[in-house]
Amino acid sequence: MTTEQYPKVYLYRRIVQAKLYIDKNYSEKIDLDNISDEAHFSKFHFIRLFKSIYGKTPHQYLTKVRIEKAKQLLEQGNMISAVCNLVGYDSLSTFSGLFTKAVGKSPNQYASDFRQRKKNIQEKPLAFVPKCYAFMHGWSENSNFEEVKK
Amino acid sequence: MISKMTITNIHVIDQDSAYDFYVNKLGFKLVDDIPMGPGTRWLTVSPPDQPDLQLVLFPVRVSKMFPKEVAESLIDLIKKGVFGCGVLTCKDIFATYEELKAKGVEFIKAPTKEFYGTEALFKDDSGNYFSLQPINNFDNENNI
Repeated sequence: MTTEQYPKVYLYRRIVQAKLYIDKNYSEKIDLDNISDEAHFSKFHFIRLFKSIYGKTPHQYLTKVRIEKAKQLLEQGNMISAVCNLVGYDSLSTFSGLFTKAVGKSPNQYASDFRQRKKNIQEKPLAFVPKCYAFMHGWSENSNFEEVKK
Repeated sequence: MISKMTITNIHVIDQDSAYDFYVNKLGFKLVDDIPMGPGTRWLTVSPPDQPDLQLVLFPVRVSKMFPKEVAESLIDLIKKGVFGCGVLTCKDIFATYEELKAKGVEFIKAPTKEFYGTEALFKDDSGNYFSLQPINNFDNENNI
Protein backbone atom coordinates (compact mmCIF):
# COMPACT_ATOMS: atom_id res chain seq x y z
CA MET A 1 0.00 0.00 0.00
CA THR A 2 1.52 3.34 -0.98
CA THR A 3 0.76 6.75 0.41
CA GLU A 4 -1.89 7.51 -2.12
CA GLN A 5 -3.63 4.18 -1.75
CA TYR A 6 -4.70 4.11 1.85
CA PRO A 7 -8.42 4.48 2.36
CA LYS A 8 -9.91 7.96 2.05
CA VAL A 9 -6.59 9.78 1.92
CA TYR A 10 -8.35 12.96 0.80
CA LEU A 11 -10.50 12.90 3.95
CA TYR A 12 -7.47 12.51 6.15
CA ARG A 13 -5.71 15.39 4.47
CA ARG A 14 -8.67 17.71 4.93
CA ILE A 15 -9.07 16.85 8.60
CA VAL A 16 -5.33 17.18 9.22
CA GLN A 17 -5.33 20.59 7.53
CA ALA A 18 -8.19 21.66 9.81
CA LYS A 19 -6.21 20.47 12.84
CA LEU A 20 -3.11 22.37 11.67
CA TYR A 21 -5.29 25.44 11.10
CA ILE A 22 -6.38 25.29 14.74
CA ASP A 23 -2.75 24.80 15.86
CA LYS A 24 -1.76 27.95 13.99
CA ASN A 25 -4.75 30.19 14.63
CA TYR A 26 -5.70 29.31 18.21
CA SER A 27 -5.31 32.96 19.23
CA GLU A 28 -7.95 34.13 16.77
CA LYS A 29 -11.71 33.95 17.06
CA ILE A 30 -11.91 30.60 15.33
CA ASP A 31 -15.30 29.82 13.92
CA LEU A 32 -15.58 26.06 13.63
CA ASP A 33 -18.35 26.48 11.06
CA ASN A 34 -15.82 28.15 8.77
CA ILE A 35 -13.30 25.39 9.28
CA SER A 36 -15.82 22.73 8.35
CA ASP A 37 -16.87 24.76 5.32
CA GLU A 38 -13.27 25.16 4.19
CA ALA A 39 -12.74 21.44 4.64
CA HIS A 40 -15.83 20.90 2.45
CA PHE A 41 -17.70 18.99 5.12
CA SER A 42 -21.00 19.51 6.81
CA LYS A 43 -20.42 20.64 10.39
CA PHE A 44 -21.77 17.38 11.78
CA HIS A 45 -19.66 15.21 9.48
CA PHE A 46 -16.55 17.30 10.23
CA ILE A 47 -16.98 17.01 13.98
CA ARG A 48 -17.57 13.27 13.75
CA LEU A 49 -14.49 12.66 11.59
CA PHE A 50 -12.29 14.98 13.67
CA LYS A 51 -13.29 13.21 16.87
CA SER A 52 -12.76 9.78 15.37
CA ILE A 53 -9.18 10.73 14.49
CA TYR A 54 -8.15 12.89 17.45
CA GLY A 55 -10.44 11.65 20.20
CA LYS A 56 -11.75 15.18 20.81
CA THR A 57 -14.22 17.44 19.08
CA PRO A 58 -12.64 20.41 17.25
CA HIS A 59 -13.85 22.68 20.05
CA GLN A 60 -12.35 20.45 22.76
CA TYR A 61 -9.11 20.30 20.78
CA LEU A 62 -9.00 24.09 20.38
CA THR A 63 -9.39 24.47 24.14
CA LYS A 64 -6.56 22.01 24.72
CA VAL A 65 -4.26 23.90 22.34
CA ARG A 66 -5.10 27.21 24.01
CA ILE A 67 -4.42 25.88 27.50
CA GLU A 68 -1.09 24.37 26.46
CA LYS A 69 -0.09 27.67 24.86
CA ALA A 70 -1.24 29.54 27.96
CA LYS A 71 1.08 27.39 30.07
CA GLN A 72 4.00 28.36 27.86
CA LEU A 73 3.11 32.04 28.00
CA LEU A 74 2.81 31.95 31.79
CA GLU A 75 6.20 30.22 31.98
CA GLN A 76 7.62 33.11 29.95
CA GLY A 77 6.41 35.51 32.63
CA ASN A 78 3.40 37.06 30.87
CA MET A 79 0.59 38.55 32.94
CA ILE A 80 -2.46 36.35 33.28
CA SER A 81 -4.77 38.92 31.69
CA ALA A 82 -2.43 39.19 28.70
CA VAL A 83 -2.20 35.42 28.40
CA CYS A 84 -5.99 35.21 28.43
CA ASN A 85 -6.18 37.49 25.39
CA LEU A 86 -3.18 35.97 23.65
CA VAL A 87 -4.81 32.56 23.57
CA GLY A 88 -8.11 33.85 22.24
CA TYR A 89 -10.34 34.36 25.28
CA ASP A 90 -12.20 37.58 26.07
CA SER A 91 -13.26 36.58 29.54
CA LEU A 92 -10.66 36.14 32.25
CA SER A 93 -13.06 34.09 34.37
CA THR A 94 -13.79 31.73 31.47
CA PHE A 95 -10.08 31.35 30.80
CA SER A 96 -9.21 30.81 34.46
CA GLY A 97 -11.99 28.27 34.86
CA LEU A 98 -10.95 26.27 31.80
CA PHE A 99 -7.27 26.46 32.77
CA THR A 100 -7.91 25.30 36.32
CA LYS A 101 -10.11 22.45 35.16
CA ALA A 102 -7.52 21.26 32.63
CA VAL A 103 -4.32 21.79 34.61
CA GLY A 104 -5.53 21.19 38.14
CA LYS A 105 -4.35 24.56 39.42
CA SER A 106 -5.17 28.18 38.68
CA PRO A 107 -3.10 30.20 36.19
CA ASN A 108 -1.73 32.22 39.11
CA GLN A 109 -0.69 29.11 41.01
CA TYR A 110 0.79 27.57 37.87
CA ALA A 111 2.90 30.65 37.21
CA SER A 112 3.97 30.82 40.85
CA ASP A 113 4.96 27.13 40.93
CA PHE A 114 6.89 27.54 37.68
CA ARG A 115 8.80 30.56 39.03
CA GLN A 116 9.69 28.65 42.18
CA ARG A 117 10.94 25.66 40.19
CA LYS A 118 12.98 27.92 37.95
CA LYS A 119 14.51 29.55 41.03
CA ASN A 120 15.33 26.14 42.47
CA ILE A 121 16.95 25.10 39.18
CA GLN A 122 19.06 28.26 39.14
CA GLU A 123 20.18 27.64 42.69
CA LYS A 124 20.81 23.91 42.41
CA PRO A 125 20.72 22.68 38.82
CA LEU A 126 22.21 19.32 39.73
CA ALA A 127 19.22 18.55 41.93
CA PHE A 128 17.18 18.23 38.73
CA VAL A 129 19.52 15.84 36.94
CA PRO A 130 19.78 12.15 37.82
CA LYS A 131 23.06 11.64 39.65
CA CYS A 132 24.17 8.91 37.27
CA TYR A 133 23.97 11.32 34.31
CA ALA A 134 25.72 14.08 36.23
CA PHE A 135 28.52 11.66 37.03
CA MET A 136 28.84 10.49 33.41
CA HIS A 137 29.03 14.08 32.19
CA GLY A 138 31.46 15.08 34.86
CA TRP A 139 29.02 17.64 36.25
CA SER A 140 29.65 18.31 39.90
CA GLU A 141 28.71 20.80 42.58
CA ASN A 142 31.92 22.61 41.72
CA SER A 143 31.06 22.96 38.03
CA ASN A 144 30.56 26.42 36.63
CA PHE A 145 26.89 26.74 35.67
CA GLU A 146 27.05 30.43 34.85
CA GLU A 147 24.57 30.04 32.00
CA VAL A 148 21.97 28.75 34.44
CA LYS A 149 22.11 31.92 36.47
CA LYS A 150 20.91 34.04 33.58
CA MET B 1 11.32 -6.77 39.95
CA ILE B 2 11.71 -3.95 37.45
CA SER B 3 8.58 -1.82 37.37
CA LYS B 4 9.01 0.61 34.47
CA MET B 5 11.34 2.54 32.21
CA THR B 6 11.82 6.08 33.46
CA ILE B 7 14.60 7.59 31.39
CA THR B 8 16.14 6.59 28.09
CA ASN B 9 18.60 8.23 25.72
CA ILE B 10 18.23 9.39 22.16
CA HIS B 11 21.69 10.22 20.91
CA VAL B 12 21.47 13.40 18.86
CA ILE B 13 23.94 15.44 16.88
CA ASP B 14 22.60 18.92 17.64
CA GLN B 15 20.45 19.67 20.70
CA ASP B 16 18.87 22.86 19.29
CA SER B 17 17.77 21.03 16.18
CA ALA B 18 16.61 18.03 18.24
CA TYR B 19 14.54 20.34 20.45
CA ASP B 20 12.80 21.74 17.38
CA PHE B 21 12.19 18.29 15.95
CA TYR B 22 10.87 16.56 19.06
CA VAL B 23 8.92 19.49 20.54
CA ASN B 24 7.70 21.45 17.52
CA LYS B 25 7.30 18.67 14.98
CA LEU B 26 6.56 15.50 16.96
CA GLY B 27 4.67 17.42 19.67
CA PHE B 28 6.59 15.94 22.59
CA LYS B 29 6.42 17.83 25.88
CA LEU B 30 9.52 19.57 27.11
CA VAL B 31 10.35 18.32 30.60
CA ASP B 32 13.67 19.99 31.37
CA ASP B 33 16.01 22.27 29.48
CA ILE B 34 18.70 23.15 31.98
CA PRO B 35 22.00 24.72 30.92
CA MET B 36 24.82 22.82 32.60
CA GLY B 37 27.68 25.01 31.51
CA PRO B 38 28.94 26.30 28.18
CA GLY B 39 27.47 24.30 25.31
CA THR B 40 25.88 21.68 27.53
CA ARG B 41 22.21 21.22 28.40
CA TRP B 42 20.17 18.68 30.30
CA LEU B 43 17.41 18.39 27.70
CA THR B 44 14.57 15.92 28.20
CA VAL B 45 11.17 15.45 26.57
CA SER B 46 8.22 13.11 27.05
CA PRO B 47 5.72 11.63 24.61
CA PRO B 48 2.48 13.64 24.98
CA ASP B 49 0.53 10.91 26.79
CA GLN B 50 3.46 9.42 28.69
CA PRO B 51 4.74 12.05 31.13
CA ASP B 52 6.55 9.50 33.28
CA LEU B 53 8.97 8.52 30.51
CA GLN B 54 11.74 11.02 29.80
CA LEU B 55 13.78 10.86 26.63
CA VAL B 56 17.15 12.48 27.13
CA LEU B 57 18.19 14.24 23.93
CA PHE B 58 21.76 13.29 24.53
CA PRO B 59 24.35 15.15 22.46
CA VAL B 60 27.17 13.13 20.98
CA ARG B 61 30.30 15.17 21.34
CA VAL B 62 33.84 14.60 22.49
CA SER B 63 33.60 14.31 26.25
CA LYS B 64 34.42 12.13 29.22
CA MET B 65 31.83 9.69 27.88
CA PHE B 66 32.80 9.79 24.24
CA PRO B 67 36.50 9.85 23.29
CA LYS B 68 37.12 11.53 19.95
CA GLU B 69 37.13 8.37 17.84
CA VAL B 70 34.00 7.06 19.56
CA ALA B 71 32.13 10.35 19.07
CA GLU B 72 33.11 10.48 15.40
CA SER B 73 32.07 6.87 14.79
CA LEU B 74 28.79 7.33 16.61
CA ILE B 75 27.92 10.52 14.70
CA ASP B 76 28.73 8.76 11.44
CA LEU B 77 26.47 5.80 12.29
CA ILE B 78 23.62 8.07 13.43
CA LYS B 79 23.81 10.03 10.18
CA LYS B 80 23.76 6.79 8.22
CA GLY B 81 20.47 5.86 9.86
CA VAL B 82 21.77 2.74 11.57
CA PHE B 83 19.94 3.22 14.86
CA GLY B 84 16.28 2.42 15.35
CA CYS B 85 15.09 4.04 18.56
CA GLY B 86 11.80 2.25 19.10
CA VAL B 87 8.13 2.19 18.27
CA LEU B 88 5.93 5.25 18.71
CA THR B 89 2.20 4.67 18.79
CA CYS B 90 -0.67 6.89 17.76
CA LYS B 91 -4.44 6.73 17.59
CA ASP B 92 -4.61 7.10 13.83
CA ILE B 93 -1.52 6.35 11.76
CA PHE B 94 -2.81 7.91 8.53
CA ALA B 95 -3.66 11.24 10.15
CA THR B 96 -0.39 11.24 12.08
CA TYR B 97 1.53 10.44 8.91
CA GLU B 98 -0.15 13.28 7.01
CA GLU B 99 0.43 15.75 9.83
CA LEU B 100 4.10 14.89 10.34
CA LYS B 101 4.70 14.93 6.61
CA ALA B 102 3.09 18.39 6.43
CA LYS B 103 5.51 19.51 9.16
CA GLY B 104 8.49 18.32 7.14
CA VAL B 105 9.25 15.03 8.87
CA GLU B 106 11.13 12.68 6.56
CA PHE B 107 9.48 9.29 6.17
CA ILE B 108 11.48 6.35 4.91
CA LYS B 109 8.35 4.21 4.70
CA ALA B 110 4.77 5.40 4.23
CA PRO B 111 2.03 3.59 6.20
CA THR B 112 2.27 0.04 4.95
CA LYS B 113 0.25 -3.00 5.85
CA GLU B 114 2.57 -5.68 7.25
CA PHE B 115 1.68 -9.07 8.72
CA TYR B 116 1.96 -7.51 12.20
CA GLY B 117 -0.16 -4.47 11.38
CA THR B 118 0.24 -1.10 9.70
CA GLU B 119 3.59 0.62 10.09
CA ALA B 120 5.45 3.70 8.87
CA LEU B 121 9.09 4.62 9.46
CA PHE B 122 10.50 8.11 9.89
CA LYS B 123 13.83 9.69 10.74
CA ASP B 124 14.57 12.33 13.32
CA ASP B 125 16.71 15.36 12.52
CA SER B 126 19.90 13.47 13.41
CA GLY B 127 19.20 10.29 11.45
CA ASN B 128 17.75 8.01 14.14
CA TYR B 129 14.65 6.22 12.93
CA PHE B 130 11.39 5.30 14.61
CA SER B 131 8.59 2.94 13.76
CA LEU B 132 5.17 4.57 13.86
CA GLN B 133 2.25 2.24 14.48
CA PRO B 134 -1.39 2.59 15.48
CA ILE B 135 -2.01 1.65 19.08
CA ASN B 136 -4.38 -1.10 18.01
CA ASN B 137 -1.45 -3.00 16.46
CA PHE B 138 -0.73 -3.91 20.06
CA ASP B 139 -4.29 -4.66 21.13
CA ASN B 140 -4.27 -8.13 19.64
CA GLU B 141 -3.98 -10.70 22.41
CA ASN B 142 -1.71 -12.74 20.13
CA ASN B 143 0.92 -10.04 20.59
CA ILE B 144 1.07 -10.58 24.34
